[in-house]
Parts: sequence; C-alpha cells; structure tokens
Amino acid sequence: MSLSVDAGSRTRTVPPGPRRHARPPGGRRFWSWLDLRATPYLFVSPYFILFAIFGVFPLIFTAWVSLHDWQLAGDKTFIGMENYTELLADDKFWNSVLNTVGIFVIATVPQLLLALLLANALNKKLRGRLVLRLSVLAPLITSVVAVAVVFTQLYGRDYGLVNWVLGAFGVDPIHWQNEKWSSWIAIATMIDWRWTGYNAIIYLAAMQTIPKDLYEAAAIDGASPRRQFWGITVPLLKPTIIFTVIVSTIGGFTLFAEPVMFGAGLMTGGTTGQFQTVAMFIVKEGFRDFQYGYAAAAAWILFLLIMITALINFAIVRGIGRSR
Amino acid sequence: MMNNTRRGVLAAVAAGTLALTAAACGGDEAPAAAPSAGGSAAPAEKIEITLNTFGGGENFAYDDAVAQWNAANPNVQVKYVNLTDRFEDTYLPQVLQWLEAGSGAGDIIAMDEGAMGLMAARPQYFADLGQYGLDSRKADYPAFKYDVGVNTEGKLFALGTDIGGMAMCYRTDLFEKAGLPTNRDEVSKLWPTWNDYLEVGKKFKAKVPDAGFVDGANTVYNSVLAQEAGKNGGLYYFDKNQALVVDKNPGVKAAFDYVQSLSSAGLTAKLRSWSEEWNTAMQKGGFATMGCPSWMLGVISGTSGESNAKKWDVAAVPGGSGNWGGSWLMVPSQSKHPKEAADVLNFLTGKDGQVAAFKEGGNFPSAIPAQQDPTVAEAKNAYFNDAPSGPIFAASVAKLAPVFFGEKHAQVKAAVEEVLVGADQGSVKWDEAWTRFVEEGVKAAG
Repeated sequence: MSLSVDAGSRTRTVPPGPRRHARPPGGRRFWSWLDLRATPYLFVSPYFILFAIFGVFPLIFTAWVSLHDWQLAGDKTFIGMENYTELLADDKFWNSVLNTVGIFVIATVPQLLLALLLANALNKKLRGRLVLRLSVLAPLITSVVAVAVVFTQLYGRDYGLVNWVLGAFGVDPIHWQNEKWSSWIAIATMIDWRWTGYNAIIYLAAMQTIPKDLYEAAAIDGASPRRQFWGITVPLLKPTIIFTVIVSTIGGFTLFAEPVMFGAGLMTGGTTGQFQTVAMFIVKEGFRDFQYGYAAAAAWILFLLIMITALINFAIVRGIGRSR
Repeated sequence: MMNNTRRGVLAAVAAGTLALTAAACGGDEAPAAAPSAGGSAAPAEKIEITLNTFGGGENFAYDDAVAQWNAANPNVQVKYVNLTDRFEDTYLPQVLQWLEAGSGAGDIIAMDEGAMGLMAARPQYFADLGQYGLDSRKADYPAFKYDVGVNTEGKLFALGTDIGGMAMCYRTDLFEKAGLPTNRDEVSKLWPTWNDYLEVGKKFKAKVPDAGFVDGANTVYNSVLAQEAGKNGGLYYFDKNQALVVDKNPGVKAAFDYVQSLSSAGLTAKLRSWSEEWNTAMQKGGFATMGCPSWMLGVISGTSGESNAKKWDVAAVPGGSGNWGGSWLMVPSQSKHPKEAADVLNFLTGKDGQVAAFKEGGNFPSAIPAQQDPTVAEAKNAYFNDAPSGPIFAASVAKLAPVFFGEKHAQVKAAVEEVLVGADQGSVKWDEAWTRFVEEGVKAAG
C-alpha cells in the first residue's frame, strides 16, 4: 500500500519541510522502481501462468509424445519422426483433412456472406429491430448437440423431413451419411444454422461504428445502396471480417461435435470415413485405438494446418475492397 | 465460430497429456486406515474396498448386493462408485491410466467384454484370483464366460458378472401381416438354422415389401460369428499368439458371407445399430426381427415405447446359441487389500450377488447357479407378451464354446463391422467388401 503512495509522490508537489533535500533511503528507491516496472507484469501474470500450464505445456508435451510409439498402459519407445512420416503417408489422415477442408469451405463461405447481408439488413430502420437482432442470435444459445441431433433427424434416410420434402418433387430418398457430398452439405447446414447469426451480430456491431456522413455523402453523389454496401461498408468492415474468418478457420478445422452426432456418435465418420474430420481422426487414434503417439503427431499437424490456412485466409481477406 | 466444439476437441486432446501428468501425483488414493498386513490375517481394523463400475441407468445394479455385503461384514465395507456411463471413451482410458500409474483404481474394477482381450494381455496389472481360491468357481460358469477371465499367463484374473446371451426379437404385427405364425414356440421352429432364417425372410419380404426382415448387419453378423467361432477353436480375429487371423479364420468369412446373402436378398432395413434411424424404425415397425441379447429387451421397450407394448416378442435364435456383451470384475494388483477385494468379488459374482443385480437392474446372470434361481429361471417380460426371458437366454449361452479375444479385438471388430455396415448400406460394393474388410482389420490391428 505504501508503495503506491511513494510512486505518486514524484508527480506531486513536494511539501515544504525540514527534510526537503533528504534523498529517500536506497531500499525505498528499489521498491519504488519495482513498483513502477514490475507491478504491471504481476497484474497480467495470472493469465500467462495459466496459459503456460494449460497452453504451452500440453503443446510441448504433445510434441514429446508424438516422437514416441506411445501406447496407453503399454510400451513407450522413442521413434523420432516415424509417426509423422507414417501419418503423411496415411490416406485415412488425408481423407480426414480433405473432409475438414471441404466442410469448412462449403460451410464458411456462404455463412459469412449470408451474415454480412443479414447484418446489413438489420442495420436498416426496421420495425421490431431489437427482436429481430436478438432472434438471429437465438441458434447460438441452443446446445450444439441438440442442434446436431435435430438436424440428423431432419436428414434421416427413411423418416427424415428433408427426404420427405424432396420426395414431393420426385427425388428418391437420399442416404445423407452415405456419400461425401451429401454428408458435407448436411453438416455444413448445421454449422451455418448455428453460427450465421453470431457472425451477423459481430458485423452489425462493426457497421454501427461506421460514420453516417459517409453514406450521406455517397448518397448525395448518387451512389446506390448496393454501391454503398460494397464501396463503404465492406472495406470499413475489413478488420472485423478478418477476425471472423480467422475464428471460423480455427472452428472449422477443429470441427467435431456435429459430424460425430451425425454419424451415430462414432469417430469413424461414416462407413468409409465420408465425413471423418481431423479432430475425429485424432480422438479415434488416441482414445479408441490407444495410439497416443500417433494421435499427438496428428494433433501437431492439425495445428500447423490451422496456422497455414489462417495465414492464407488473412492474405486473401486483406485484399478485399482494395481494387474498389 | 464453434467455440464449443473446439473446446471439446482441445479437452479431448489435452486430456491425454493432463491425465498423464496427473498420474505422477496420484499416489494419495490409499484408504485412510490401511493396515499393511500381508493380507492373510483377518483385518482387525475396518477397511474399505472401492468398487468401480460404469454404465448408465441401473448400470451394474449393485446397490442391493453391496448393502447385503456391508450389513454382513462390518469390517470390510464396500464403497460402490459408478464412475461414468461411457465405457469406451471415458472409463477405459481412465482405468488404463490408473493401471499404468500404479494407483488410483478401485480395489475391484468392472470391465466390458470389448476390453477383456486387452486386459488379458496385461497380466502385470491384476491380482491372480486363483491365489485366493477363486478358481474353484470354474464349475459355476459356462466355459466361454470363465475362459475369458484367464489371462495370457494362464492365471485367473477376472470373474464374470452379467451376460448378454442371444435371442431373436420379432414384431408379431408384422409377422401376422406376412402370414407367418406369431406364437413364439412356432416362430422358434421356423428357423432352426440360419439358412431357414434366410428363407423365412424371403417369404416375409414377398408379403411385406416395405419393411425390412432384419434391422441391419451388426446383430446377425455377431450372432453367426459367435457360433462359427466355437467351431473354429474359439477364435475371432486373433489366434492365441495374438496374430491376426481375420483373413484365415473360416468362421469370420462364413459370418461375412451370411450377412452378404441376407443383404443381397434385400432382407435388411440397411440400418446401423444405435443410429437415430434405427430408433425410429424400431418405433414404426421398420423391420420385423432383430438379434436380441438380454439387455436389448430394455433397449427395445425403452425405444419403442408403451404404444408398441405387446407388439414385440422373443423367440430362440437360429443355431440355438449366441452372445453379445457382458462384463467381468477384477482386482488390480495395486490394491492394498487384494484378499478382501477378492472376497467381495467372489460375493458379487456369486449366486446372491448376481440374483440381486438381476432383481435390481435386470442384468442377466452368467453364473449357472444364479440362472437356476427361481427369480431368474421363472422371469417373464411383460412388455414382450410375458415371454419367459430367463430360460430363453439361459439356453442361448449353455452350449456356447469358449472364445478367445485378442489384445486389439475391440479395434478390429469396430473396423471390420464398419465395412459390413457400409456394404449393407451401399457405400462399399459387395464384390470389393471382403478385400476391404481384411484391409481394415489389418490396419486396426496396427
């Protein structure tokens, strides 16, 4: 407590008195220095300590495990990079990467575009605007498992609503889990239903920070609402779009609950791995087959894939609006 | 987006590493009053035996049995802890970590059939029950149940609790529609062999084209394989030296071929067990028969609901025998009180313990004296038209030959059955299915 008083004394006018020219003793100077320099670090340290324990340590430990043939309650032998070389030649792993990327693309691209348009609509003067804004967020507060269960029923082969509607147009019942394209679409719709509103609200918040006079000036110059949207809104939203794209990339690459529920709770993602994502692959190797080393190697590769994809996306999105 | 799912995965990935670190500091699990006697003398102080099980609902249904024991043995009190309802992805990894760490596991742990091969290949982690005289219980069990509890060193490390057995559940309303008999004795006479079952299926399909004769590939495959394994030295996917024989065991090929003939004749409803569609079909009469272990009766009545009561009945399984599921109890060698733990284990797997579990949770006993107890032998199931479930399931396990589960049995089983389901549902072509079946088996065996 006394430390902070000392720290403040520098900026305050020094009270007149007999000890006016006396210098503070050396110990106090040290505390004063410590207070100014170290306290901020002390205040932010809890986060970093926790991050070191639960973030950095597992990361390094996983790397260590990935260099072993590490069987749970079994042998552990150091094998160097063998897990990685085996993994890179494992077509099941690459199948799961393909699925993850495929679902990510067909889920995220329409999702973010739709969110942008939705946010733009909600930014207009509408009746019951608050209710509408809140309702787009409603899917987010439902449990992801509940969403997946309901959608899995909708996409049922024999009794599902989607096939029933398609049947009315003469389409034969589709076994959604059976093909890559159909399972990807089904899972992508689950993701979009849940997350489009969330991204729309983020975009909406960012849109509200755009000064109105920009639009007024553009309107006076005769710019159509469409032109205003692409010429003003989108470029000014760029930092927000970059944020949502990166968060979506991370989420998309670690996609897990939806495909698991869609596949009757199994980690195989369909009979031939039609929709097995990398996250499911890792859990299957680690916790079904008890090959921790192999699963750890896959987790590291996934980490690198996310980094690379996030950087690529960042580069692409940064270019938005530049040509306009 | 998807913060929730991401957290789930990270948790799953981190769990492995964290649990391993936790293992290093988990040495404080010993009961408070632990007299370090050699285990032979009767304990002067009160000791506590922890019993770890898994499963949802009634799980092992040991509340009554444990209360009985605790009342009779004030010095050896049992603490019954059901850890989780999830065996595969929670219980088993946790138990393996405890075994590896040398502490943390209960004095008695329960294990599902699927992991018995793995446990039998890790003799160092379990007490030899023969040392406490429990090998005298051999006569209580059908050979195939007892032998699974013998590990790779030939020592008894586990005794059986409940058993699945196998019957054939059928929908009386659909059988009536197809002009087939509906009385369970007459139905049992329709299919003494699996070929007869196939022929009945063709007749059924001709009359009722919009319902499947059988649900899908899984239950039939497992029933046929259990019978075929008995004819082939009790082997499934591994021989007794842990070598993979998925492609060499004629029993596996026979079971595969049979499923192919059923599926190619269009008799399956192409459903995967435990899927949403399977549940719905059960309610709506989407298929007429299903391989039915004793615990499946509860699944059917729970899923089909009151509106379908009396529409289901239970007949004998073709070939007369079969099994799906069941559990065992074992004493980890890390236990501080292996002798007392073995005593408790003996009680729980004995007649009184198994009958109590049957009364409480309907878990069908594997011990023959318990099966012969009037409570079990005269049991009827009201939901299934008062079918005499006790004798039906007892008969299905009486003639089963001993079987051997390899260390990676569960993984290989999951992988190859996936191919069967795929072939039944059309994502794998039947003429490529066998090659793929073997390939997946080889991959899963590692």
